[in-house]
Amino acid sequence: MKPGHGEILLTEGDPELREDEERLIGEFRRQLDEGMWAAVPTQNAGSGRREAMMVRSYTEIPPEAERVIFFPRAAGG
Amino acid sequence: MLLALLVLALVAAVLAGPVLARVLKRWLARRSAARKGRPLAEDHLYDPGRERRAEHRARELLRSCVNDEEWAMYRDLGFIRVPGRHLGDTRRGSDVRRPPYAYLVYPHKPILAYVPDTAQLLSEYCVQFPDVSGDGRSRLPASDDVLAKWMALTSDEARVVGQANMHLVGRQLDPQRVRRDLWRLSEWERRRSDPKSVQTRS
Repeated sequence: MKPGHGEILLTEGDPELREDEERLIGEFRRQLDEGMWAAVPTQNAGSGRREAMMVRSYTEIPPEAERVIFFPRAAGG
Repeated sequence: MLLALLVLALVAAVLAGPVLARVLKRWLARRSAARKGRPLAEDHLYDPGRERRAEHRARELLRSCVNDEEWAMYRDLGFIRVPGRHLGDTRRGSDVRRPPYAYLVYPHKPILAYVPDTAQLLSEYCVQFPDVSGDGRSRLPASDDVLAKWMALTSDEARVVGQANMHLVGRQLDPQRVRRDLWRLSEWERRRSDPKSVQTRS
């Protein structure tokens, strides 16, 4: 998510492929370095309800995740 | 007659001043960018449809992430209810419609905490998602703001609440309006649970 623009596709690829994974890791780090928060939409195994999971490193991303959403970090308003 | 024409010309010049200044500023920026061989900054290229398109994309993204009931709530009422999660393990998994406390998430307004059983308003959490990479002038589309709050609350409630400025209800949110929204929400839920109710929107 980018203020003034909305959703922007940063990069995409297959994490199983080494070249794609390196690109995904690079973009992930760049976004976090810029101060963004990263979240993965998930589904609660117990209740079945959709929720989000905050990830702080690339290795925390669940293997079944289809996307990671970056958004500006929260600040007191 | 001549005096009247002069006065008229003067008034016209004063009225046209701001418009001309804006045109001149844009022309100077364009000329400066052309001299430096750089593309013109996006801010100078006014696109009236940009925000509308951004909001459209944001709504689709929100719809793809939240629960169907939450999406319908946002579409029909303009806000989303998120159940509070600071519960003991025994309360986890209880009816999400009646958690001990919950939040109302509005676009570009504070998050409101309240007690669903009694409709007691607890507090408002002022939180925003500022543009860290740009000049801070632009903000997220409304639906992206709601999604950011939803993701933050459902993934790490303590973190977002800790970042927010907490106030008693009434600082930014109108308590009467919030109570009206809670009534609208209860009516909306009653209609949804009523099988006779006609669903006209998808």
